[in-house]
Order: sequence, then structure tokens, then C-alpha cells
Amino acid sequence: MTDVAIAGVGMHPWGKWGRNFVEYGVHAARAALADAGVAWPDVDLVVGGETVRNGYGGYVAGATFAQALGWNGARVATSYAACATGAQALDTARARILAGLSDVALVVGADTTPKGFLAPNAGERWDDPDWLRFRLLGMTNPAYFALYARRRMDLYGATPADFAAVKVKNARHGLHNPNARYRKEVAAEDVLASAVVADPLHLLDICATSDGAAAVVLTSLEYARAHRLADPVRVRAISTVTPTFPNAVLDMPNLSTDPAGSAQPGWSSPVETRTFKESIGHAAYEEAGIGPEDVDLAEVYDLSTALELDWMEDLGLCKRGEAEALLRAGDTTIGGRIPVNPSGGLACFGEAVPAQALAQVCELTWQLRGQAEGRQVEGARVGITANQGLFGHGSSVILSR
Amino acid sequence: MTDTSPAIDGWFTTGPEPALVGSRCTTCASTFFPPTAGFCRNPACDGQEFAATELSRRGRVWSYTDAQYQPPPPYIPRSDPYEPFALAAVELPEGIVVLGQVADGYGVADLAVGREVELVVETLYADEAGERTIWRWKPVENPVVEPVETEEADQ
Repeated sequence: MTDVAIAGVGMHPWGKWGRNFVEYGVHAARAALADAGVAWPDVDLVVGGETVRNGYGGYVAGATFAQALGWNGARVATSYAACATGAQALDTARARILAGLSDVALVVGADTTPKGFLAPNAGERWDDPDWLRFRLLGMTNPAYFALYARRRMDLYGATPADFAAVKVKNARHGLHNPNARYRKEVAAEDVLASAVVADPLHLLDICATSDGAAAVVLTSLEYARAHRLADPVRVRAISTVTPTFPNAVLDMPNLSTDPAGSAQPGWSSPVETRTFKESIGHAAYEEAGIGPEDVDLAEVYDLSTALELDWMEDLGLCKRGEAEALLRAGDTTIGGRIPVNPSGGLACFGEAVPAQALAQVCELTWQLRGQAEGRQVEGARVGITANQGLFGHGSSVILSR
Repeated sequence: MTDTSPAIDGWFTTGPEPALVGSRCTTCASTFFPPTAGFCRNPACDGQEFAATELSRRGRVWSYTDAQYQPPPPYIPRSDPYEPFALAAVELPEGIVVLGQVADGYGVADLAVGREVELVVETLYADEAGERTIWRWKPVENPVVEPVETEEADQ
């Protein structure tokens, strides 16, 4: 049994608030503690999601949040895994709980973001692929998203109207989400009339960067039982696998892939039949002992509208090339067969990197408890998250009731 | 202008038939680009020596896009006002997909997944010392002939 209990969740609303990330993190932490009915002095482990944009306090986020909440002697850890930071932080907390070394862990991620394209660190950094892709190619994050989108068009017949339909759906999903930054209906024509950033993606196909914070109180099942949490939402799996060689799909921020099949016979690794993103979800299913057919809803990383369609296939929710058909049939809308991004997704939130994977977990928790007011997936019992970030990071978390 | 030189040393050759320069592991023959040194990244191989090797000059488009907004620094725009350019990820016979800008005069309308392209070297930007060049992918005008013939390579 490797399950742990989600005792409480909390968030600071996403937006462009222009305040310190610590303030958001403490707000979310207090909300999660209140939701759990756990007093801060009872927390014996704090895990922070690192933010690379907010100075030293961001590099040691676990300690920063612990100090801001008032030193209570808890153990501390800080995780960084790009977009998967929150899931890795959660995994760190889970490991200590399952080892019997901690009973109650508080996991917090928060960020304050700049305007516009995410750019690399300053200076001349000729050994940093994240710097080189801008200097040598002018390759921004949306350009990577656009490569994946274009492949869907050329290989599977997707259209810009399909991508726009993802935005329309997610905008509608997020209308009543109190933590969403954008709560407004969007018409397909609005998406298609917005400026093209990286062909075929328009401005409204691409997620913004946001300030925000999310927190989760994680406990052992024994602790949950002893503290009148009779039927908590459980963490069934946390996958944070890395790619396997050769990773043959171009990933941000790389300028190239591994060589597929150029090694001489006898020097090849076992043939990996799954792409990296497929393996992220596969490992989560294996750990939970379930399959895609058991899932009631999914929160996936829609950095672009088209990426949501990729993730549906990567998670096995449909066959390769069939995501548009599900979308068009309304299967991924709340009320449909397999609702995707009922929170409104990144389309309604924008990305707050160290908080985002935790925000996905918060949403699944509310959905599985039946508390997702205005966006509830009726009868949801099992939910899955997925995301991917730079440098071989990615995550998938499975929760069930 | 005083001279013309690559924007980065050792990644590509210049001349009439320019090519990317990869690193071939002398133990397992895995070929990497950009050039690498130190330890082979094939987990089944403990090789530590590499030989510089020119990669195929032609490949097929894996996907493509463009940059309609000016990228942030350290990108150095070549013109003011900014002029958009196209980008392509190209699958080489070596099994590597390599990103690059698309040659001057070509845009997304000239590309398709699977289309054959050829490596050229063009100006990326100019600084006080002269023009800095970069590899680019140029659509092959007649994509029906056998790949990697040399007859039209110096067009």
C-alpha cells in the first residue's frame, strides 16, 4: 500500500498581482491547513517548490515558507523540476510519509512572473542550451508548442478551428472557478482573430504567465483516520520519470534530439516504444494499478490549446490522432465522457510554474470531493494530471476517492 | 564589415557544401549534435571519446513554425523593424532531429511535414566585428530525385 491522504488543499487566486511570491504561498498554505483542520505547529515537514525568478528566497522556498508561517521546527526540503516542480515536491513529501519519518507534510508552490515571453537568465551563457536556443535560433517556448501543433495538422488533419475549440471549452469550464485568472467566455472567432504568435498558434492559443500559489496538506492514512478524515482523497500515484535514451521527440529547450538508432548493434539500449510523455502517464497508471479506462477526468498541461490534444493521446484517453474527434463530439467537455481541464486549465490560469502541478492536484481533490462548484464532474472517482517541463522533467499524479 | 564568421565555433562547416558537425562516439557510433565531449549519453555505452563527423546535408521536415513576434534577448534581431522568420525541425538520416531557422525568402507556406530540405549557411546578425553566420534549412526545389546527390549542392 503506497497511498497517502490529501487532508487539505488551498490556493491563492492566479493573476498578475505584482506582489511577493511568499505572500501568495502563505495564503495558499493557510487555506490548505484550514481545509485540513490541521494546526500549523502539527506540520512536521515543509516542502517548497522552488521559483528561479525570485532570488535567494525562491531558491530555498521550503525554508522561506516555513519562516513566513513562523518557524515550527519542521523538517524542510525544496524541489525544482521545472513545470513538474509541484509534483516532485509532493513526491518528496509522500516518500517521507511512507517511510514513517513524517506524519503531516505541507507542500507549497508559488511564483511571481514577469510579462511576456519567458526568457533565459542574463549573461553570455554559451554552454546553456536554454540560452543558445534564443541566441542562435530565436526559438521561444511558443515556437516549440507550434511545432507540435503543426504536426497535428499535417499528420492528423487538425485545424486551427480545433485548437480554438479547446480554448472555447476551457474558457467555459473556468467561468466559475474562483482561482482562475481569466473568467470570460471566448468565441472561436476571437481566437482565430487574435495575432499569430508562432504559426499556426494564435495569441489566445497560448497560455500566459501568472502569479499564483497552491498548497497541499499530505498525511499518512493512519493520521487521517485518527483525525476524523474518514474517506479522504488518496494519492494513488506520482510519476516523475525521466526520458529513456534515445529520446527522439524534440523537447524544450533542446536544439536537437538524441540519435534514434545510430548506435552499432550490441550497443543499443532496450527499444523504448513509448515517447517520453507517454511514459510519464504509463508509469502513473502502473503505480496506481489502473488504466486509462478507469479515469473520470484529467487535468493536463495546456501550455497551448493543441498540447491538450497531444496529452489526451499521451495519457491513453484515446488513440493517436483521435483527440480532435473526442473534442468535436463534446467528450472532453464537462458532462461528456472524459472531461479534460474542468478547472479551465492553463487557458484560464496562465502558468505559475512551481505552483501549477499542485494546482492540478487541488482541482482533482475538489472534483473528487464533489466541491468543484460550477464546474463539477458528476460522480468523479478517479482523476489524473499530466505535465512536462524543461530538461527531462514531467509528472503525472493519480488521485482517487 | 571586417569579417564573416560562424555565430558559434565548431558546430557547422562553411563553404560550398556546408554541413553540421556532430560527435560520433568511437565506442558505440552514436552520433550527437550539437558537438559533445566527455561521456557518451547512450546508457549502454561507457565511451568517452568522440570523432567529429559531418552530418547529412539533407533531411526531412519533422515540423515547422515561425516567429512572428521578436524573440527576447539574447536573440539579436537582424533588422529594425523586426522581420519574422520561419523555423524547422529536420530529421536527418542519422536519426537526429535538428532545429534551425529556415533560409531567407522561405516561410511556412513553403514547408510541410516530410518535405526535403537542405542545409545552407546564412547571416544570423551582424556585430561590430562583422557578419555572424548560422546554419539554416532551405526547401529543396525538386524533391523527387534521389537524396544526397551532389549535382545541385552548390546552388
